[in-house]
Amino acid sequence: MELTPQTPKGAPAKSRLRRLAIAFALPIAGISLSGCTLPGFGAHQSDTTTGQSAYYLWQGFSVGAAIIGAFVIGLILYAVVAYRRKGDAIPKQTQYHVPLEIIYTVIPILIVIVLFVATIITENKVLAMPKTDVSINANAFQWGWGFTYDNQNAIAVGSTTDSPVMVMPVDTDVKITLTSTDVVHGFYVRDFNFSRYALPGVDNQFTLHATKTGMFFGQCTQLCGLYHSIMYYKVKVVTQAEYQTWLSSFNTPEGKATADAAKKVLKEQMSAHVPVKTEISRGAN
Amino acid sequence: MRVEAKILLWLGLFFGIMCAVYWTWSMENAGGVMMFFGTGLCLLPGSYYYWWSRRMGPRAEDDPNATQESGAGYVDAFPGSSIFPFTLGMGAFCIVLAMVFGSWMLIPGLALVIWAALGGIAEGRRGGTR
Amino acid sequence: MTTTAHDIQAEAHDHGHSHAEHHGPRGILNWLTTTDHKIIGLSYTITSVIMLVIGGALAEVIRGQLANPDGHLVTMAQYNQLFTMHGSIMIYLFAGPFAFGALANIIVPIQIGAPDMAFPRLNALSYWLYLTGAITMLLGFFVTGGAANFGWVGYAPLSDAIYSPGAGADLWIGGLMLTGFSAIFTGVNICATVFYLRAPGMTLFRMPIFTWNLLVVSILILLAFPVLTAGLIMLYSDRHLGTHIYTVVGGGSPVLWQHIFWFWGHPEVYILALPFFGMVTEIIPVFSKKPVFGYKGMVFATLTIAALSLGVWAHHMFTTGVVLLPFFSIMSLLIAVPTGIKIFNWIGSMWRGQIWFSAAMLFSIGFVVTFLIGGLTGIYLASPPLDFFTHDTYFIVAHFHSVVMALVLGGMAGLYYWGPKITGYMLNERIGKVQFWLLFIGTQVFTIPQYILGLQGMPRRMAIYPNDPQWQDLNTWSSVGAIMIGISTLLFVINIVVSWKKHPAGDNPWDGHTLEWFTTSPPPHHNFFRLPQIRSERPTWDHNHPDAKALAHGKDAH
Repeated sequence: MELTPQTPKGAPAKSRLRRLAIAFALPIAGISLSGCTLPGFGAHQSDTTTGQSAYYLWQGFSVGAAIIGAFVIGLILYAVVAYRRKGDAIPKQTQYHVPLEIIYTVIPILIVIVLFVATIITENKVLAMPKTDVSINANAFQWGWGFTYDNQNAIAVGSTTDSPVMVMPVDTDVKITLTSTDVVHGFYVRDFNFSRYALPGVDNQFTLHATKTGMFFGQCTQLCGLYHSIMYYKVKVVTQAEYQTWLSSFNTPEGKATADAAKKVLKEQMSAHVPVKTEISRGAN
Repeated sequence: MRVEAKILLWLGLFFGIMCAVYWTWSMENAGGVMMFFGTGLCLLPGSYYYWWSRRMGPRAEDDPNATQESGAGYVDAFPGSSIFPFTLGMGAFCIVLAMVFGSWMLIPGLALVIWAALGGIAEGRRGGTR
Repeated sequence: MTTTAHDIQAEAHDHGHSHAEHHGPRGILNWLTTTDHKIIGLSYTITSVIMLVIGGALAEVIRGQLANPDGHLVTMAQYNQLFTMHGSIMIYLFAGPFAFGALANIIVPIQIGAPDMAFPRLNALSYWLYLTGAITMLLGFFVTGGAANFGWVGYAPLSDAIYSPGAGADLWIGGLMLTGFSAIFTGVNICATVFYLRAPGMTLFRMPIFTWNLLVVSILILLAFPVLTAGLIMLYSDRHLGTHIYTVVGGGSPVLWQHIFWFWGHPEVYILALPFFGMVTEIIPVFSKKPVFGYKGMVFATLTIAALSLGVWAHHMFTTGVVLLPFFSIMSLLIAVPTGIKIFNWIGSMWRGQIWFSAAMLFSIGFVVTFLIGGLTGIYLASPPLDFFTHDTYFIVAHFHSVVMALVLGGMAGLYYWGPKITGYMLNERIGKVQFWLLFIGTQVFTIPQYILGLQGMPRRMAIYPNDPQWQDLNTWSSVGAIMIGISTLLFVINIVVSWKKHPAGDNPWDGHTLEWFTTSPPPHHNFFRLPQIRSERPTWDHNHPDAKALAHGKDAH
């Protein structure tokens, strides 16, 4: 970006501005899209592919925030130290510096555009719905969870005293259909870097693709009444073989009986509030 | 008056564009309707002020070189004190409590509101208290 | 140079009688019948500070409960009421009324050289509706079933009659309606005052930034609050009149409540914040002995925030899965731009100044730093993928507490700055500085562990949490910060008692810029005996320092 002598007046400021913008924007863009080895800034590398994308975006945002935060706090500290009162003289009554004001309007706009593009790219990854055979229905109710599996007998139900375990295979796209039977709940697994509301009357669908086996801790995040604090569940990620074994364990006669009992519990939970509702609406009409 | 009008009209214009973009993009009606009426809430007073600004000369407060003398004279009538805001407030309080504790609270509530309305009008007609 | 201000007429039209000497009722009757914006503003200030103390006391109980994973201070049911009422009191009864009812009511008419608000009786009504609304909401603690317990956002269907029966919830709705109307009337009043009662020469672009921000806030109030009131009426009718607006059974939509609530709720965030931005914008230049840097940029930044604020509400609803993510993401990110302009302008106002570190100035600098932290973490939340994993965790709690604690710092700055004008007596500066350091450090000790907790996965609104030693340590630190904040608030009360009627302030203790420093402390009944000529946005400064006018751009090229 060498300036020729013929450059019209005003161009130096413009190019300086552009260079500054690039200096700010490039590292943010580069990091958020490539994901090199940077500190996690308090977040953790997730155990799902989508969570990992969000983690890289987090790193990018954090680098930007750290640079801008350090710069601004540095300016404040410098001003506070350098311009403390030294006498009763009245300083120069500067009120405007238009080029400077334009610079600190334009650079933030450029940063915002970069952040937005990075956001959209990550968002498309996180919200992608690839075709898959594994489909789990998660049902939230006051105060527990029920997980049923499409075309399978398998089921897991539990409330505050016995948190249910959602079993899912590793390295596979798993479609989750989330809904609620009563109030708004929140499906949140910390290690997956993901959460979604369970809304009554809405089927919320998303895909989880776990990269690691193990037991993960899940919890309701949206206030749902008295026992909101202890509305836990667990997600158990197992190998494909273990997953198949677990599924088929519900096809034996005993397994079927357990599943039927659990289904009955879930059905009761799901319909527990409905008669009250109809009664009230009938009474009111 | 013109600057006041312009602020509201520009805000309204921005809201209008935002509303059009949002509504056509999302097809979500609740937000679209609220933004539409937000637009109206800016354009309505904005166009009223604009209409007025075309029909009156610049006021002393719009004139950058106005002297304090130019503002001398009658400004407005300001009441010294009045009990009726308090009575009206207490009436509203009782009416809201009637929503919770039973409609019998409406009796004192409406009584206070009617008293405040009649009394306030009478006070204004008398020329107010000092 | 100066002349008689206004020939103010009493309604009785007895011409020629000076109205500066006011002979109204005395004592309690004076308080009940007053229409003087200064007394109403003072009532607002005292009431909202009492609400701050009540809300703060609830917060201390919350932090006490959370200091241990298995806290037994309160039950889960009580805990739900506690945080609901803490949030409701702080947002609806403290921050809002303090922002646009308390100092605004006192200062805005004086800053533009007006004798009173445009509608003094309506102004008084606003206060009575606010007071009764506050009492209504607090009555919830004394009814069977306790106060409202569905969070300050009152998400339907949790807030309907099936899941939250009882009078507490109805009192919450009723209290909100009253304070909502109070806010609407204040908005009308400030708009009309600014549009019609400015002194000669006080053009819109000479108004102090504080008044500008209050004007913008008033417009936002008129756009946002009716939506909330309508939403509450629908919620009440769902609860008691058999409608199904927010319930799935009967064909309603729970998400509709969230749309309505946040359509009010996000502009409300700026309704709360902008007045405090304005206070700080008044204070920093005065104590740097410089004009506000980039005055016009500041005004346009405020207007831009207002313009964008109507299109960002659903960033609170990213995880519902039913909103248009890119639209709300870009709109929310863009708000960072005008906010950044403001921060740079504040720094610019200090640059090459003569900074006098009074308590008010310290609080203002503390505000800028704390708000910067809250603002930067807010940018993360404008990005849906990042919001997905921080939503409803303590990260959010920490983010908005950084912001609102910044507002508390700003509010304290405002009280130290304008307190002498309102009461006529100085507050003790030394206690003020101790209070500042306690509040500032306490705020960071309080919020920073919460950011980490949120990233480690602790959801908000938890009465108990899994027994993890690290979580417990972080929570304990946060509780320590809360105690520091509590002590600093006590220091403020002590300061008022200690400095009660001790050191008279004089008309202009800070060498102020704007018209309120031209009149006496406290100002007379209709504010001014005389006014200076208004030739810039710093009439009092220009009057006192005729040789130090603000430089136009170009004369200051370095």
